Amino acid sequence: MSGGLVLAVSILYLGLLFAIAQFVDLRSAKGWPLTRNPYIYTLSIGVYCTSWTFYGSVGLAATRGLDFLTIYLGPTLVFILWSVVWVKIIRICKVHRITSIADFIASRYGKHARLGGLVTIIAVVGTMPYISLQLKSIATSFRILVSSSETAILHAPNEQIFFIDTTLIVAVALALFAILFGTRHIDASEHHEGLVAAIAFESVVKLVSFLAVGFFVTFGLYNGFADLFSAAADSGLETLFTVSRDSDYSLWMTMTILSMAAIICLPRQFYMTAVENPDESFLRKATWLFPLYLLVINIFVLPIALAGRLSFGNASADADMFMLTVPLFHDQAFLALIAFIGGLSAATSMVIVASIALATMVCNDLIMPFLLRWKGLNINKNDDLTGLLLTIRRVSILLILILGYAYYLIASESYSLVTIGLVSFAAAAQFAPAIIGGIFWKGASYRGAMAGLALGFLVWLYTLLLPSFAQSGWLPISFIEQGPYGLTFLRPYALFGLEGFDRLTHALFWSMLVNIGAYWIVSLSSHQTAIERIQGTLFVDVFGHTDDERDSRYWRGSATVADLQQLVGRFVGVQRAAQAFSDFAAERDINLRKNHSADAALLDFAEKMLAGAIGSATARVMVGSVVKGEIVGLDEVYRILDETSQVIEYSHRLEQKSAELERATAQLRNANERLKELDSLKDHFLSMVSHELRTPLTSLRAFGEILVDNPEVSPEERERFLNVIIKESSRLTRLIDQLLDLARMEAGQMDWSLDTVDIAATVREAMAALAGLIQENDVEVKTYIPENLPMVRADRDQLIQVIINLVSNAIKFCNKAEGRIGVSVTARNNMLEVGVSDNGKGIAEHMMGRIFEKFHQSIDRGEDKPQGSGLGLAICREIVTFLGGRIWVANRPEGGAVFTFTVPRADRQDIRLSAE
Amino acid sequence: MTHTVLVVEDEPNIVLSLQFILRQAGFTVRVARDGDQALRAIDDYVPDLVVLDIMLPKQDGFAVCEAIRGNESCRNLKIIMLSAKSREVDKERAMLLGADEFVTKPFSTRALGKMVKDIIAPSKPPMQANQS
Repeated sequence: MSGGLVLAVSILYLGLLFAIAQFVDLRSAKGWPLTRNPYIYTLSIGVYCTSWTFYGSVGLAATRGLDFLTIYLGPTLVFILWSVVWVKIIRICKVHRITSIADFIASRYGKHARLGGLVTIIAVVGTMPYISLQLKSIATSFRILVSSSETAILHAPNEQIFFIDTTLIVAVALALFAILFGTRHIDASEHHEGLVAAIAFESVVKLVSFLAVGFFVTFGLYNGFADLFSAAADSGLETLFTVSRDSDYSLWMTMTILSMAAIICLPRQFYMTAVENPDESFLRKATWLFPLYLLVINIFVLPIALAGRLSFGNASADADMFMLTVPLFHDQAFLALIAFIGGLSAATSMVIVASIALATMVCNDLIMPFLLRWKGLNINKNDDLTGLLLTIRRVSILLILILGYAYYLIASESYSLVTIGLVSFAAAAQFAPAIIGGIFWKGASYRGAMAGLALGFLVWLYTLLLPSFAQSGWLPISFIEQGPYGLTFLRPYALFGLEGFDRLTHALFWSMLVNIGAYWIVSLSSHQTAIERIQGTLFVDVFGHTDDERDSRYWRGSATVADLQQLVGRFVGVQRAAQAFSDFAAERDINLRKNHSADAALLDFAEKMLAGAIGSATARVMVGSVVKGEIVGLDEVYRILDETSQVIEYSHRLEQKSAELERATAQLRNANERLKELDSLKDHFLSMVSHELRTPLTSLRAFGEILVDNPEVSPEERERFLNVIIKESSRLTRLIDQLLDLARMEAGQMDWSLDTVDIAATVREAMAALAGLIQENDVEVKTYIPENLPMVRADRDQLIQVIINLVSNAIKFCNKAEGRIGVSVTARNNMLEVGVSDNGKGIAEHMMGRIFEKFHQSIDRGEDKPQGSGLGLAICREIVTFLGGRIWVANRPEGGAVFTFTVPRADRQDIRLSAE
Repeated sequence: MTHTVLVVEDEPNIVLSLQFILRQAGFTVRVARDGDQALRAIDDYVPDLVVLDIMLPKQDGFAVCEAIRGNESCRNLKIIMLSAKSREVDKERAMLLGADEFVTKPFSTRALGKMVKDIIAPSKPPMQANQS
């Protein structure tokens, strides 16, 4: 194909772009903005897809397989899952008339020019590789298209046209185009409808041309996806479209994280999505539409990559250029031309937006603050500065492209498109902590942002940019291999000995570590000035502080209306300033007299207007220069501004208080319930005591009366009745004794005589005391007491009491016909364990927990009412617990219950403490 | 014919004393040891009067009383409730459930015997038998 034809088509295409921009600008000037719809907005965000996407993705897919997807995964995740970040950023940009990412960060951290300058430098240096990538792709694609020979397709020759390097021509042409496009207006925060329309149009062109090549490859060369993929599989290319086991997952993660940061932090992306956003509600549509665009433009990446590999075999064709070489190889010159136009549109959209965004930053945040300080320039005098501003921006655009070209000369030849792009992504990612932290964390300070950005950027320079110079021979290669001056721990690809990661992950790890670390630590340890606090509050609480009245309290000094208007006029043009001021007056229904002093609202308005033209940091200084008297009572302003926050906080605290109150009420209610419970327990206890006392009393009285009233009863009956009286009297006595014991124990007034006790002797003594009862009930008792048991620390009499209670209980509840009871002692670590088992019915599950409570007689356990006060087990528990042991009950699997208690061993001092 | 009294009580010695008193007064005495037994005994043969303790195994006296009052065939069955708890609420509850008398332990055997006679064959107005 002739170079003239390609050149003509290119120029025609760029002309068309320009016409579109002009047309749309004219329309919107007439009050009919064509770009005010969410679809155009979404397409303009499509500036994300550059020649990296257009050429580089195919190249990456042809060599590395599915890795290319990560670059689209990140943005998709951000848009779908984290659009709240964009919502907030967009609102902030609108409220503060933010013009660029540098302006955004500088404004957030107190409008310091130095921070804006640093961001600008990082952005320019970081974008340099990215622009060189576009230049390289345009130049290479142009050369491939004009040279027809097969070898030329395989090895794109570095020819010169008109004796000058093609790439330089491309750079200059693009610079001119960007200048024509981007510097027609002075107010950078105003919407550039023409630019947006042109970029949206380019997004359509690159998509259509990509799809055209994709369709040709998939359905022209092959019979659809299945055919193409099976052909590829036959040639052993399946590793390219499967996630193989040895994939580098860390690289996969790194690229996803990088692209997530990039979609927010790339200067052009920030500019298109936030600064040029015409309507916040458009974002809602973009959250799904933009990911959809990414999906569609990626459908044919793999097919084209595979077709390229299949067409050229293993010949060392430049995989980055498959978009062109595959159609050319199959004699589709026209399709190749379409692809070239698509690539051109992808590259130009990036270069135009990036260079305009960067030029604004260079002008507002780097050069203007410098000029303002340079007294010799007399910039403070009343000249019209709009011309100067425009010139600075135009020169900046040209310089940025020249820088891109310089990087291309130095490094591009030795890298693939994607590798170059990722270096830029890693630079942009350095902004992420300052931006994300800045909109969610009020405590983030200027010093923190400076430290984080500077250190992160230095690490980036050292681990990614400098090595790329070294690889190209501009620095000695030993710099990479042995480290500077042979300091191996400073090797840029293995900093401090961190090896085993790919270069990108390595660089991201270190740069983010120092960036976030410094940002966080310095923010925490540095003091925020008033203006930092104000800006922090305004940014983080942007949805609470959007009314103009509040913002207008910034300025309190005096300046005349005329002074202000003149000041604004110098930067945005006299006519526009006059128009804006009269609009301001009309909107508020006030009459602005030239010699009147401007109120705070007008001062704020002027500052915002200036900020739109020259950035917030510079605007602040300029307004300050005309305001006389007390310029700003910042601390006071902060107090006023903080009112909203305080009100919010106050109501928050009120909520907390009421929650506390509720909690207290609940606690009170619980305590009350508990008291009631205790009361009813006491009630229950008293009524049980009454019951237990009255029952034997009843028998005593009844038989006493019977014997008195009936002298005629037989001697046998008399004896029987008198025996009842004796038995019930002793029952009464026992009960009273137990009640008193229990009361003393519970009140802590029991006299314990703690001693070293031989448990075997104690058990034997208890059993001897029970011998009568055992015989009476005809119960078989088996005792198991091992020899040489350690001594226990206990009150001997009380221990006997426990054993007697448990054994008599067992006698009561064992099998009546064939009663068997077991008493055993076992030595444990720190305790001796005494078990008393019976062969009765066991204890119902629901009784287990309450059986040791006072008067909780398990009346369901036997057929007959058990004889006893219902205090025996409660007393056992009191004694055992006091001695430092534990008592519990379980049912034996073979039937019956077993009561077990422990007593601390005398030889285990530490365990005995509770018994002292 | 002699009247039948059912004694429902789980304390053997109190049963013994009641049995003695009531037999002396000329009643036929049956005994039940718990709530279930009591209801079975009533199903079996409806007595003229029940001396019903409140604290009983299985079903307590209140439940038995309620069951009796819900049984149409026991329309004429008189109930004296015995309680060792001496709580006003228990007495109120007993009366509400349809007991005829409420006696607190320990009771006077003379007064109780008289009370039973009066309820079964009311020649004189029934008198309070309490722990006098």
